[in-house]
Amino acid sequence: MEKLKYALFTGCTAKQSTPEQMMSTMAVAKKLGIELVELTEASCCGASHLQDYDDFLSLVLNARNIAYAEKHGLTMVTICNTCQLNTAMTKHRLDENPELKAKVNEKLAEVGLEYKGTSEIVHFLYAIIDDIGLDKIKEMVVKPLSEFNIAPFYGCHNIRPSELHKKDNPYRPTSLDDLIIACGGKNVDYEEKNKCCGFHVELQAPKTAAILTGNAIAGAMDGNADMMVTPCPLCHLKLDTQTGHASEAIGRDVELPVLHMQQMVGLALGCDLEELGLQHHLVEVNFI
Amino acid sequence: MEHTITTQQVKFKVFRFNADEDYLPYYEDYDMEVTSEEVVLDILNRIKWDHDGSFSYRRSCRHGICGACAIKVNGRSTLACKESMNDMVELFGNELVIEPLSKKRAVKDMIIDKGDFWEKHDAIHPYLISDVEEHPENEHIVTPEEAEVLNDADLCIQCGACHYACPVVEINEDFFGPAAFAKAYRFEADVRDEAHVARLNELQAPNQGVWDCAKCFECAEVCPKDVNPIEKITKLHQMLFTEGVAKSNVATRHAVGFKHSIMKNGVLDEGGLVLYSEGPSIVKHIPVAIKMFKKGKIVPPWGITKSDNLDEIQKLVKSSSTAKF
Repeated sequence: MEKLKYALFTGCTAKQSTPEQMMSTMAVAKKLGIELVELTEASCCGASHLQDYDDFLSLVLNARNIAYAEKHGLTMVTICNTCQLNTAMTKHRLDENPELKAKVNEKLAEVGLEYKGTSEIVHFLYAIIDDIGLDKIKEMVVKPLSEFNIAPFYGCHNIRPSELHKKDNPYRPTSLDDLIIACGGKNVDYEEKNKCCGFHVELQAPKTAAILTGNAIAGAMDGNADMMVTPCPLCHLKLDTQTGHASEAIGRDVELPVLHMQQMVGLALGCDLEELGLQHHLVEVNFI
Repeated sequence: MEHTITTQQVKFKVFRFNADEDYLPYYEDYDMEVTSEEVVLDILNRIKWDHDGSFSYRRSCRHGICGACAIKVNGRSTLACKESMNDMVELFGNELVIEPLSKKRAVKDMIIDKGDFWEKHDAIHPYLISDVEEHPENEHIVTPEEAEVLNDADLCIQCGACHYACPVVEINEDFFGPAAFAKAYRFEADVRDEAHVARLNELQAPNQGVWDCAKCFECAEVCPKDVNPIEKITKLHQMLFTEGVAKSNVATRHAVGFKHSIMKNGVLDEGGLVLYSEGPSIVKHIPVAIKMFKKGKIVPPWGITKSDNLDEIQKLVKSSSTAKF
């Protein structure tokens, strides 16, 4: 089989507040035999906030990022739900609207680039499920996570709006559950698994954000989870670093180790704990 | 082609509660044979007609236009008269949980007190405010292009599906909610409306307004009329800036801060963005920031790896910016 190769849009968090996200992505890609070409030219996607201020600028910047993936002739892989949403939304809007695409390309031409619409944009979660396959991953597992109840936390921007993403049904997503099972773990079903973590209102509505985070962790705990797992570094930041505020907001001590999706796969595939960056978590992952 | 009707056995767990008699709600099970022709409302009717005459729910038009029959199936807001039973079984399996839109507002079975929905609806002045002549000489013509700008916001039937699917509404009782915002946009985008800036100003009120949206897209997902409320909320965010009335607060500075950060580094300077957004209030983040720093989660401004070809990004930020703050 030809080696899988993608253009990697790391997003900003993987290089700053969730370094373990970057480390585990590279470690898992190596194990799975995937080649990742990092788009070092890429800018921030605007994180679903820039477009509130300047929609056109947000489109131009995201189109520029995609144009670099197109230059490589590769599918763009994202490792953050919000990067996925913003980039895929830009692609969707430009592909649907030739007039808008022309306007954006007029700007990109100033720096010698063009958005063509030739690269697909896929979150790493779906890339490994669709292109490697759950059966293959299962075969490669050397340390099955069979002792653990693992609560999937999907994150909004990878499943909604479903019109854009089309991979999981937002009311009954299964991808992450299936991946947990492939890694040998037991998936925990709980009401909050497809709900909002509150990340995007943390600054302006801290109480709302903390309650949403608290409810998510509490739901997983009540489902008897040993840990949570998420494909989104922004959800991870909420669930891992904001447990103090979350506990205070819902009046109950909530805390669970939270793995990035890549860390979970990496553990099952036998990667070193160090190279998965588990030492960077605030809630200690001390049972592995 | 021959049209065949299939049937299947479905177990319904139905929320029952009578505020006048019951201390707590309970669930009653009904096993029923369901045909591929039926919609959820048919099931509600059959429960009432065949099983328990006291079962209560709202219904009227049966054609997806009155907005009365919105309920939740397995936690998903839905318009009962429009939702096919087949689709529900395909999605959730043969055991379906039937609940009112908001359990905490239940009055009797599926019937809820929708008072908060209407209060918020009223609060955004959901009507055209225009100083029209009593005896105008000409019609006030709206061109097709101008009508297009409404972007289907006028299709809302006020069923409440999005309002009670919104996690912020559930937590913050002051929040206007997605339906009210979509309705507000419907008039804000109407060329004949003259309340424009006054209404916009009310829509940015802290705690109630558009900046408290959590961006979860639940509203877009549930709307039976494809109104896409979060798209309208985003347009209201943008209008605040284009009209030059956006108040400087942590949310508006946060949105603008991305542009500054991108201009400087291409990528985000996470710490710098929080500082730009919060100003002196950044002190409240220090305890968590210290913990994060100890775990190697905070990169100082001088440690940030800037995007390659940063000059391109800077040129584009300069030439493509359309908004001012």
